[in-house]
Amino acid sequence: MNALDVSRWQFGITTLYHFIFVPLTIGLAPLIAVMQMIWVVTDNPAWYRMTKFFGKVFLINFAIGVATGIVQEFQFGMNWSEYSRFVGDVFGAPLALEGLVAFFLESTFIGLWIFGWTRLPKWLHLTSIWLVALAVNLSAFFIITANSFMQHPVGTRFNPATGRAELQSITELFTNNTGVAAFWHAVAASFLTASTFVAAVCAWWIVRAKGTPDASALYRPGAILGSVVALASCVALFFTGDVQGKLMFHQQPMKMAAAESLCHTETDPKFSVLTVGTHNNCDSITRVIEVPYVLPFLAEGKFSGVTLQGAKDLQQQYEQKFGPEWYVPNLFVTYWSFRAMIGLLAIPLLFALTTLWLTRGRRVPESRWFARFALWTIPTPFLASMAGWVFTEMGRQPWVVAPNPDGDPLVRLTVRQGVSLHGPGLVWVSLISFTLLYAVLAVVWFYLIRRYVVAGPQEHDSEPAPPTPPRDDDVAPLSFAY
Amino acid sequence: MGLQQIWFIIVGVLFLGFFILEGFDFGVGMLMHWLGRMSKGDAETHRRAALNTIGPVWDGNEVWLITAGGAMFAAFPHWYATVFSTLYLPLLVILLAMIGRIVAIEWRGKIDDPKWRNWCDIGIAIGSWLPAILWGVAFAILVNGLPVGPDKNVVGLSVTDVLNPYTLLGGLATCALFAFHGAVFLALKTGGDVHTDAVRLARLLSIPATVLVAGFGLWTQFAHGTSWTWAVLAVAVIAQLAAVAAAGGTREGWAFLSTTVVIAAVVILLFGSLYPNLVPSTIDRAYDLTIYNGSSSPYTLKVMTWAAVIFTPLVLVYQGWTYWVFRKRIFAESIPPSIGLPLRRVP
Repeated sequence: MNALDVSRWQFGITTLYHFIFVPLTIGLAPLIAVMQMIWVVTDNPAWYRMTKFFGKVFLINFAIGVATGIVQEFQFGMNWSEYSRFVGDVFGAPLALEGLVAFFLESTFIGLWIFGWTRLPKWLHLTSIWLVALAVNLSAFFIITANSFMQHPVGTRFNPATGRAELQSITELFTNNTGVAAFWHAVAASFLTASTFVAAVCAWWIVRAKGTPDASALYRPGAILGSVVALASCVALFFTGDVQGKLMFHQQPMKMAAAESLCHTETDPKFSVLTVGTHNNCDSITRVIEVPYVLPFLAEGKFSGVTLQGAKDLQQQYEQKFGPEWYVPNLFVTYWSFRAMIGLLAIPLLFALTTLWLTRGRRVPESRWFARFALWTIPTPFLASMAGWVFTEMGRQPWVVAPNPDGDPLVRLTVRQGVSLHGPGLVWVSLISFTLLYAVLAVVWFYLIRRYVVAGPQEHDSEPAPPTPPRDDDVAPLSFAY
Repeated sequence: MGLQQIWFIIVGVLFLGFFILEGFDFGVGMLMHWLGRMSKGDAETHRRAALNTIGPVWDGNEVWLITAGGAMFAAFPHWYATVFSTLYLPLLVILLAMIGRIVAIEWRGKIDDPKWRNWCDIGIAIGSWLPAILWGVAFAILVNGLPVGPDKNVVGLSVTDVLNPYTLLGGLATCALFAFHGAVFLALKTGGDVHTDAVRLARLLSIPATVLVAGFGLWTQFAHGTSWTWAVLAVAVIAQLAAVAAAGGTREGWAFLSTTVVIAAVVILLFGSLYPNLVPSTIDRAYDLTIYNGSSSPYTLKVMTWAAVIFTPLVLVYQGWTYWVFRKRIFAESIPPSIGLPLRRVP
């Protein structure tokens, strides 16, 4: 493999690692804020225990999310220096703003939240977790804005004197329709991930704690809260995904063709659910299951009279426009990641509906299959998120900045032009060391989360401590210490 | 003053904030183990007391680095691209070390087991020692210059560009300075036995820190400095002497203020020696990467200036307030018993 391939693998691996932990943080912070708010308002200790219980899992996850995120800030310069030169004028702004606006806020107030249980007044402590919840979502907005510039560059002009893309309008950059749609889609996915986690953990505990007062007073409300949020997230995912599809149809037709493994331009093609074939030779594909009307609706919001361009025709068009190069993404990966993303949604949806049905009235479910169903549901939103990002990012290959059909056509860059001028050996060193360290940490992360979920809410967290301002006597016990 | 000058200063200020705040974080991480060994009472409690002096704030301190990196990217993309693609290995080691430190700090108390804590302490130590040395090496390399070619890329990098007496001295100087800064911070933030031990450490570290920082400062000034950086060097030396005197007489507040001034002066000396270059070229001074040929467009700089003007004071206010909230000294006696789960194999 050359440095380009190794760099692509490295960015893919480190980003996917980061995005195992990110959705749980983005979704769980607001959920914990809601739990704590219910406790502060109602004074019901069950919600205090819930806040502490999920708070611990949140912090275990937050740490590794931060750790895996640090690398991303520097990887652009390390492995993609030519890309960084070309887009730095535009791409650097949301990155710097993310640090200045969001990272400072979340890192400072998470410290206040962790250590402030008996130092801050209740309302201020509650405000801290709300600010954390706001900041993690803000940071998502900034970074997705940066990413969406690569998918659909706006507000930018190519300056031939400096040979790089230059920012013309920051408002256009931040109101990029691709960015806005991608942000809400990613936030909905994060809420689905976290709420499914909360619902499933509580559901598992309902069955495990069967017959105890905790099952009905603690875990049942938790499972219902999680399921309601999960259902709402599914609806939001459906609508934001639909908006994204319609944008993609116009802005990135090659990605749309790749999603369907569509070789030749067709009018009203059917949506393919299952195919057999090698995909990357797209004429080899045999379509096994197909659904009519879906695809024209996804693309343009009508059921017929829609022409979708095929990969081979697009390849010819692009060669004429941008010169010789292979412009078709890996069709196998794009086809299957798209289906995995959509298909995996069915499981959390079904689980949330099941939970709400089994807990209707004042019922407390006790069957073991329900507990097992809950456990198997937990990983599905994580996998769907990863599949979605793999589709988004690999669908724009070979571009690192895909040309905008309505923008400056010179604002475009292929990954080959964007990579640093390293030998493969150097990049192998970093690829291997990141992968190994991350692998070890991911195992420890899983061990810790599993340990804490199985241990359940702890004895010492049963009594909410009253807030105490610092006193004059020297030795004041800390409510929490590492 | 032009926007390019302003942004050179802003990036300098972000690194200044990073080195002052992470300086004592690194120091605490480096000295935690030794405070445990020095303690007459329970070593584990003393280590925890030390670690918890930075408990609520270390994460926010680290963001100064992330934001400095982002600011380099936004304001000087060529600087960002050239430096990080060239100083690849040091940066890789720094990143790996910092990843280990972050999770080690956060996960240390999650499992109540000596072996578990020992592994976390190793992670904290590595994650504090290595960056403390390597940041000094990296900045010394930068001030010294790199073989930047005409297209702003580094060509034909040799080992002596990176490893030479000057850069190694830079690494030792920052390491000693951060350890001293950390010891002084510990003395300021702890009480009882831990405090006594921290004061002893600070006294022990004061001499090597003074010698190394003075040596590195003088070398930088003679080899790369300009006329006005003599004043900065003088401030650094005076502040360092004041810090040594104050640490000896256990006036921790003054000692901490002094080491803070020393770090600020060293960063200003380095950035002042660099200005107006971003990376001086060792091939031909005509190829120097400067704030003029390495910056973003005026529009981007203007937008980012507005953002910095609005948000930086806000950050300073709420971070300062956090330090105020957790202002009380920590005693070994104020550390609560461990609430971690016992180590058990997952069946």
